[in-house]
Amino acid sequence: MTMGKPLPHDSAPLHVTGQARYLDDIPLPAGTLHAAFGLSICAHGSITAIDLSAVRAAPGVIKVYSTADFAEMPDCSPSIHDEPLLAVGKVHYFGQPVFLVIADTHLNARKAARLGQITYADLPALLTVDDALKANSRFEQGPIIWAKGDAAKAIATAAQIIEGTLEVGGQEHFYLEGQIAAAVPQEDGIHIYSSTQHPTEIQHKVAHALHLPMSAVRVETRRMGGGFGGKESQGNALAIACAIAARDLNKPCKMRYDRDDDMMITGKRHDLRITYRAGIDAEGRILGMDFTHLVRCGWAQDLSLAVADRAMLHADNCYHLPDIRIESHRLKTNTQSATAYRGFGGPQGIIGIERVIDHIAHTLKKDPNDIRKLNYYRAAGPTGPGTGHRIGSTYSPANSAPQTTPYFMEVEDFVGQDIHDALEKSSNYQSRRAEITAWNSTNPILKRGLAFTPVKFGISFTLTWLNQAGALVHVYQDGSIHLNHGGTEMGQGLNQKVAQVAASVFGVDTSQVKITATDTAKVPNTSATAASSGADMNGMAAQNACEIIRARMADFLADKLGTHPNEVRFENGTVRAGGESYPFAQVVAWAYQARISLSSTGFYATPKINWDRVKGKGRPFLYFAYGAAITEVVIDTLTGENRILRTDILHDAGTSLNPALDIGQVEGAYVQGVGWLTTEELVWNAKGALTTHAPSTYKIPACSDRPPIFNVALWDSPNRENTVGKSKAVGEPPFNLGISAFLALSDAIAACGDGTRYPNLDAPATPERILAAVQGQRA
Amino acid sequence: MTETAFLLNGTPVRIAGGSPTRTLLEYLREDKSLCGTKEGCNEGDCGACTVMVTDANGPKALNACILFLPQLHGKAVRTVEGISGPNGTLHPVQAEMIAHHGSQCGFCTPGFIASMAIAHTLNRTDHDTTLAGNLCRCTGYAPIIRAAKAAESAPIPDWMQTDQHSLPDTVGTGEAHSLPGAFRPTNSDDLADWYQQNPNATLIAGATDVGLWVTKQLRDLGPVAFLNAVTDLQQIEHSPGQLHIGAGVTVNQLREALLPHHPSFAELLRRYASEQVRNAATIGGNIANGSPIGDGPPALIALGATLHLRKGHDLRSIPLESFFIEYRKQDRHPGEFVAGISIPSNAPALRCYKLTKRFDQDISAVLGCFNITVEANQITQARIAFGGMAGIPKRASHVETAVLNKPFTLETLQTALPEFVKDFQPLTDMRASSTYRLTTAQNLLIRYFHDLNGTATNVLEVAL
Repeated sequence: MTMGKPLPHDSAPLHVTGQARYLDDIPLPAGTLHAAFGLSICAHGSITAIDLSAVRAAPGVIKVYSTADFAEMPDCSPSIHDEPLLAVGKVHYFGQPVFLVIADTHLNARKAARLGQITYADLPALLTVDDALKANSRFEQGPIIWAKGDAAKAIATAAQIIEGTLEVGGQEHFYLEGQIAAAVPQEDGIHIYSSTQHPTEIQHKVAHALHLPMSAVRVETRRMGGGFGGKESQGNALAIACAIAARDLNKPCKMRYDRDDDMMITGKRHDLRITYRAGIDAEGRILGMDFTHLVRCGWAQDLSLAVADRAMLHADNCYHLPDIRIESHRLKTNTQSATAYRGFGGPQGIIGIERVIDHIAHTLKKDPNDIRKLNYYRAAGPTGPGTGHRIGSTYSPANSAPQTTPYFMEVEDFVGQDIHDALEKSSNYQSRRAEITAWNSTNPILKRGLAFTPVKFGISFTLTWLNQAGALVHVYQDGSIHLNHGGTEMGQGLNQKVAQVAASVFGVDTSQVKITATDTAKVPNTSATAASSGADMNGMAAQNACEIIRARMADFLADKLGTHPNEVRFENGTVRAGGESYPFAQVVAWAYQARISLSSTGFYATPKINWDRVKGKGRPFLYFAYGAAITEVVIDTLTGENRILRTDILHDAGTSLNPALDIGQVEGAYVQGVGWLTTEELVWNAKGALTTHAPSTYKIPACSDRPPIFNVALWDSPNRENTVGKSKAVGEPPFNLGISAFLALSDAIAACGDGTRYPNLDAPATPERILAAVQGQRA
Repeated sequence: MTETAFLLNGTPVRIAGGSPTRTLLEYLREDKSLCGTKEGCNEGDCGACTVMVTDANGPKALNACILFLPQLHGKAVRTVEGISGPNGTLHPVQAEMIAHHGSQCGFCTPGFIASMAIAHTLNRTDHDTTLAGNLCRCTGYAPIIRAAKAAESAPIPDWMQTDQHSLPDTVGTGEAHSLPGAFRPTNSDDLADWYQQNPNATLIAGATDVGLWVTKQLRDLGPVAFLNAVTDLQQIEHSPGQLHIGAGVTVNQLREALLPHHPSFAELLRRYASEQVRNAATIGGNIANGSPIGDGPPALIALGATLHLRKGHDLRSIPLESFFIEYRKQDRHPGEFVAGISIPSNAPALRCYKLTKRFDQDISAVLGCFNITVEANQITQARIAFGGMAGIPKRASHVETAVLNKPFTLETLQTALPEFVKDFQPLTDMRASSTYRLTTAQNLLIRYFHDLNGTATNVLEVAL
């Protein structure tokens, strides 16, 4: 059984030797052309003149495309056809592609792209949520409102009201490998290489742009150098541009954004403003809750509706909110079109309620964890064998009826309280809290802070039809196994997990399973590798395919040996039946000679889910993944400088398919989450230009920013739902654990005051924001 | 210099012709199909292109994306492909990175492997420092550090020790002659003569800034001179009470030399960009560049550094602070270049405080350097200089005057705080607001007092 083994990433030996091949490393035929976009330097305006003569005259330039060259402008949008490849008539953000240069080299294309002379007549640019709200510039007709119970009444009659506002910044993906695509013309179609999380979307968009059937477009993705959601839709423009040039000029064409262009052009995590109003009782129970989300979506719709929905779907996090109203505005602004980013709005929802909990605790002068315990969802009942992890359980049969979320889904699997108790204990939360208070009283300049953050994250695409996956498995006559599935590898170790699933079905070593590039010609109609669903869905599809082949082999062998197929066992590289044991490859060879099909597709569609996003009702998720983190920090009250001192995490990956890979996801997601809320600040100037468009000015966590003490463990308990190997999705949920660092900074700031004023820290908590909040405490 | 000769993964290569500002990264990937070395940012900030470059001083990590080919003349380059041994034997850091799950997407990994292998060769275990210039977006760094620690005690593989003993013979490659548009002098006299005759040329030392003029601004530089063979500008000399530092001394060499004399300055330089950049960037370039946010000048001004300039045969020496006239305008005549600086070797009260969004490898929002002399509890001398507070690195003259001849007390310093607005009207940009800059500049003066009095003020010194 190779499922559950902490095997290294299957590409690790290639990564460390430089042999792992990324798109830009693929040798392309001689004469390959290179593309670059000329970008708008106006946030909103009408294009009054385009002079591209200098571009055309630049060294190495082969062709230049602008609006005039298209009878119908190709569209890059993954949703509503509102993203022309090149600006038509108007530009909608600073950085929008206006023309396309094709040249003999990457450098020549970049140089020529700077030479366009575009004249704009400025139009009013809506840059902020306030600008957009005032102008009623939005996607959808008005705000989406979901309600359960009567929040207004519950708040009005509550003992106390806690209210406030939280600004939450966006986040640049900063995948180390920038956006890149290449197109190679074929005799009857086109072959696209794309660094994408969504090959089928690329196929669909390229086919649409070239007026070809999807069957004439083949998209291949071996691996990405990081994705994080940024390659779910943002690669469309590059693939389409390459495809158009390649088909037009009948030569291969490659396009790679330089880092600054990448950051100027592509969408980022949605920033938003959260306004909250909670009615609480004297102990801190939330009786009524009201949230308003002002979500800055940028110029095009992209995936914003689903992102904003998911923010609403996570507004409860781990807490039962009997009466709640959530109002979400999806605001259209003249900025990059905000897009998918790990968590897909979930973190933006969770940070709101965690802020509320923290604010309540501060007001009542209680430990925030006491407030959490009062408000948690009711614990799930035991799940049978393997649930020996309960510490201080609150479960009893009398109160076992599941409570429902604000969207009326029953929370059947809540283990948040158990994880909470276990982590508080293993991290010595209570004694450290006391020690920190004492330390702070003797340190005038530096202050320490501590905070806990639990996470409940819903797993499934909220667009129900996306919850399907396919696989293609071949067993060759020598016993080797070749596997393709619809998921893409972006570093998460998906291929290794799926290989472990397949190897387990056949009872062979994982090294016998070879997984190659994701290819739309092998597995069709795939969904994006997103929503943490990669292993859940593709693992199941691969398992299905493998089980079909295994059943054929078992039937064959049982027939041959005169036994029952149920008696045939595949394990340890052998097949056992009728008291004998045969090498796997031997049985495969026999089956081949007996003309048994050793190839199969597999398919999976997530069960149980149903969702009405307009009403905000249903079961959008198959299950929830849980986790919790405790972070301790220190701040300097003279400058706002800060460090993480220690982090403890307990995270629920169900029965892990691969604990090493899962812990890697948890550690990496946490640090990325911390970056979002601390050092990573996106700044736009008054003209709407992003001024933090390179790593010199946009600061993702560096090596020394990781917690020096970093205790990460998995909550080892099987998924209640029938997922692959009873595992749980792990890509996004732990991203939210970074919120604990933000709350710890707030806690340290609160230590500067007398307890009467809540710090009201905004995100990202840069040294500047921390210092301002410290001054607010001392003013 | 009619051609550039260097050793690439143990094999001699010679490059004749071509642009003198072609980068090593482009050459590796496009000409040599050595695609292990990656382009992440093309500006020396992410480290995905890190390679090992060995010269007579030993191996060091450099960013290939902002390294021009002529800078490699006479050196040895080792890429990730050459860090694996013959027959594919894994280097210990490669083996440990696999064992500790140190790669996820793998795109940053070759750069990490290069940095880690170099640190391993040099027996360095200050991993946070040696890896500050390598960004990873996937792992959160923890497994990479586990791998680096696990490899510490492994023996240095043979193949990692050969480069320094087999540097290419550059005799006969036309040392001081020019490629078209490029000059590579081997001594400062030749440089002085040439530069006097070509005063509009660009002088390239480490190329950590000029590199971006090419890779980001896409400029054609015109005539250039590469200074890295001018060894007489790369010396650090001691005289009684003074250190004389040649303009060609790299920031890392300076950091090492300053450690026993000015530990706070040395710690500041530990946070100057990244290991890769410090290995290339020179203190002369840092000064001549005239940036208001260069980290060298404020500390040097606080020390009372003297700047030495040379034009032809003429040498002149001026106080460093007078070199900076206004934003990007320096007191440097056409054809004149920075030759070196002299600083006191002793200044026990010097403290340098760098404020950034991210601790390591970030550009200062504010850099405050304080050097106050107290005799008999009276402040007898005050040199306070800031970066990031004005268009130039600048002394806080009004503040200095306000504290002079006063007792060194918190009250004295607090009384001087209103003087800051007379010295500085900082701007607001993506790094910080004007308000933050002004407030923290004042607060750093308060920190200085607490720091000298032993009160805990440094978040880096808090450990559990």
